[in-house]
Amino acid sequence: MALLTLSSPHAKGSNRTSDLMRWVILACVPGLALQTYFFGWGNLHNVLWCACIALSCEAIVLKLRGRAPAFYLKDYSALVTAVLLGLALPPLAPWWISLVATTFAIVFAKHLYGGMGYNPFNPAMAGYALVLISFPVAMTTNWATPSSMLADGQLGLGDTLAVIWQQSPLPDGFSGATPLDVYKHEIAYKTEETVRAFAVFGEHFALGWEWVNVAFLLGGLVLLGLKIIPWQTPVAVLTGLAVPSLLLGSDADQYTPLSIHLLAGATMLGAFFIATDPVSSSTTPLGRLVYGFGIGLLTYIIRTWGGYPDAFAFAVLLMNFAAPLIDVYTQPRTYGFAGPKRGPKSRENQ
Amino acid sequence: MTAPVSNPNHPKRAVHAFHGGIHPPEHKVDSNQTPIATSPLPPRLIMPLQQHLGKAAKPIVAVGDHVLKGQRIAEADGAISAHVHAPTSGTITAIEDRAIPHPSGLSDRCIEIRTDGEDRWIELEANEHYETLSVEEIRDKVRGAGIAGMGGAGFPTEIKMHPPQQDKVNTLIINAAECEPYITADDRLMRERADELVKGIEIMAYALQPGECLIGIEDNKPEAIEALKRAVGGTRIEVVVVPTKYPSGGEKQLIKLLTDKEVPSGRIPADIGIVCQNVGTAVAVFRAVRFGEPLISRITTLTGDQISRKGNVEVLLGTPIQWLLNQYGYQAGNPERIIVGGPMMGYALNDPDAPVVKTTNCLLAPSAEELPLAEPAQACIRCGLCAEACPAELLPQQLYWFARSQEHEKAEHHNLFDCIECGACSYVCPSAIPLVHYYRHAKSEIKQHRQEQEKSDRARIRFEARQERLEREKQEKEAKRKARAEAAAKAQAAKQAPAAPAKPVETAASAPAQNDPKQAAIEAALARKQSSNQEAEDPEALKTALDKAIAKLDKMLDALEQAKQDNPDQVEKLTRAVEKNQVRVNQARQNYERALASSNTQAANTTAKAPPEPKELPSREQLVTNLEKARAKLEKMSDALEQAQSEQPEQVEKLIRSVEKNRIRVEAAERALAEADKQEDVR
Repeated sequence: MALLTLSSPHAKGSNRTSDLMRWVILACVPGLALQTYFFGWGNLHNVLWCACIALSCEAIVLKLRGRAPAFYLKDYSALVTAVLLGLALPPLAPWWISLVATTFAIVFAKHLYGGMGYNPFNPAMAGYALVLISFPVAMTTNWATPSSMLADGQLGLGDTLAVIWQQSPLPDGFSGATPLDVYKHEIAYKTEETVRAFAVFGEHFALGWEWVNVAFLLGGLVLLGLKIIPWQTPVAVLTGLAVPSLLLGSDADQYTPLSIHLLAGATMLGAFFIATDPVSSSTTPLGRLVYGFGIGLLTYIIRTWGGYPDAFAFAVLLMNFAAPLIDVYTQPRTYGFAGPKRGPKSRENQ
Repeated sequence: MTAPVSNPNHPKRAVHAFHGGIHPPEHKVDSNQTPIATSPLPPRLIMPLQQHLGKAAKPIVAVGDHVLKGQRIAEADGAISAHVHAPTSGTITAIEDRAIPHPSGLSDRCIEIRTDGEDRWIELEANEHYETLSVEEIRDKVRGAGIAGMGGAGFPTEIKMHPPQQDKVNTLIINAAECEPYITADDRLMRERADELVKGIEIMAYALQPGECLIGIEDNKPEAIEALKRAVGGTRIEVVVVPTKYPSGGEKQLIKLLTDKEVPSGRIPADIGIVCQNVGTAVAVFRAVRFGEPLISRITTLTGDQISRKGNVEVLLGTPIQWLLNQYGYQAGNPERIIVGGPMMGYALNDPDAPVVKTTNCLLAPSAEELPLAEPAQACIRCGLCAEACPAELLPQQLYWFARSQEHEKAEHHNLFDCIECGACSYVCPSAIPLVHYYRHAKSEIKQHRQEQEKSDRARIRFEARQERLEREKQEKEAKRKARAEAAAKAQAAKQAPAAPAKPVETAASAPAQNDPKQAAIEAALARKQSSNQEAEDPEALKTALDKAIAKLDKMLDALEQAKQDNPDQVEKLTRAVEKNQVRVNQARQNYERALASSNTQAANTTAKAPPEPKELPSREQLVTNLEKARAKLEKMSDALEQAQSEQPEQVEKLIRSVEKNRIRVEAAERALAEADKQEDVR
């Protein structure tokens, strides 16, 4: 009998894509818990609802594409997309917002480009951008008010479900603009002091949001520690946000200060969980610095001079476009070479 | 990682880091706990003629011959080859194709010996003090012993004991890292025979005269380190301990670790003044010089859960692997799997009857639990873990896409050929993609494509040169015809009007030449003919011109080869330039040969009675031998090139150049012979 012949290596380490994905989901849990604590049941509901949609869409499309759903569902990638959308969408957004965003993310942004590993754009952010452009009102007015600002406490689970599913009118004061939004619009004709006095900013930077961001930062640090995400991307994102803020927008009477940029909105979730999606990001070490810096910079530009209160989705998608080009210009120097090759053709010999 | 490692002799020696690397489970204790055992004598031995890198040896025994232990049974064929010796006394029973241990699973020519159980040695030439021998004698002994690199590559050792021609060897590195999991052959050898190892190193250093002499060893072998440190006392050999990290035993990685130098892409360590030798090789060198023993046995690690008595054995080369494993409690697993080498870079054996050879450092028979079979691969998510692990600092994730989509140009631009196939990328890949497999496939496709391209390029150049020659001959004929006609017309005119000046004819001949290229060519041909008749062109001068043209062509070919590797967009331009130069060379050669021939004919004319001087015109026999010699050399070169293309890509470039040079020489010899034959015919 002939022996079994396979090519080397014969040993295999313990890394598994599904484990990496599972860790990403787990690292989101502290952030989700604080979101629920400060803003009610909305995000938790959205995460579960998006998960149902994502898994169903994934299974159906895999079936249509003639792939074995069980094998691909086990990689947890659809679940990660769903969780990120559930965390990012406004907590009180109607159910069909989540449905449209998630379906677009899985069916169009992921599978129509070839499925797992082949999508040029971050699926969650493609879905998010779609609903943000299509339904701007629903996407800006359904941000829940932090619990501590409400005399009678946050909406109960039943009321939250009623708002999301039956679109029963929200009682006054239970929703409002986000701190980023408030600061940007109020600072035009007020001083920093008076703007900071608004209740949404709380005692420190941004009521509720600051702790949610800290929780996502911690979750992200865990992923960094486990080497599940590269350090270059989040560091570069935060730098890209901080540099223009410190250089151009340091006047808090005119521009949103850096502290609010970092601790309100989607910053930490974006920097550690969204920008680090490996498939659609740059894949070289240097390229990830460029890619992340671009995301931070674009986020700052759109937040400051654009029409949208937050900009993470657009910044990520724009840099997704650039990622293949960045890769071409950021090859590392290979052993035995004097320098790295830059660009599609080698230039160093000419 | 860059923390200096203390060393009693050289406290300042720092260990440098190489990029990437992994820490797979070591499994060294499975086999390094017991002393080296000696394998029993098998009933038959199978000695492949090729156990080394290079050309297979040529058998010098016949079926039925009785041979003694250590007797040479096959002789090295050419420079890059190694002798094969009988590992014990017995009778030659077959010289035929047998299964050999090779990733291809193919068979190759082997000599089978039926052992007689007497294990009787031939007479050996011992030598107490190697210093009494000349370096040349030492190299002869090493070559005579048939030693080839025992770390796995099997490069004939004697060649690596010549210092590179231009510069001397600065550093001799003994690779004792043994970074592959499971393998402990060098570990045990160092623990038990450190003195022999150190003496072997001293002999190598005697031949190479290096500036420094380092032993690189991973820190997971404390006993071996102890033994080495004891043994090197009083010598100038340094033991350098490096952190355990796969693949620190890769030649390039170890060089980086110990010297902070990098072997330039496409070059060999000797180019930067470094020679690397394996531990086992050094011991073999010692035994060859001290006792005159040829390489007939080696230490092999037998390990893996399918073997009950794991450990290291000193085994005779040629011992069938199945037979050997059976002596140590081997139980076939399901599916049955025997890996030659380690789990990272070893290859799975196709036929268990294949023998142990000079490069077999480990036989690993893993159970399905300890080395599970590959899982189905998932999609690449470009996570970049592979790039972090890559010791060559490549982008494996990009190379994978390029290999898959057969974008070979991009793969080469991303330095595919600098991949050392260590397997670190596949090991860390979370999607279980067999990355190295893709790279091997892409490399072989590119190599095949290059070979075909070269072949067709050569054919085209040859064809075009021939076309040009034919065209020129036609034009010269035409010119001759015209000249004859003109002469006739002139004669006619002269006859008819002897008083009339010859002016108009002359202007007719020279004026249009300025704007008619064809006419110009005719003129040129005429001029050439005339000048050759008058011997205005000195053959010596033409010879220099020819030499110059050949040199220029050589340079162009070099540049072309270089460009093929680094600068693909220049290739076309250079190919054209090469063609142009080829034509120039041909022209120069023809001029020279014509001049030579005419001077010869003139010489023959002037000294019609005396025979032509042999110095000026080489005899036909001489030319034939020249041609034959050149052809043989070309063939040898082509063989070496083929060999190198499969086994030693870094040598390919150099060899292609020499093949090209030799081809030109053969062509010159052919032409000279043809010319001589023509002369013969004329006479």
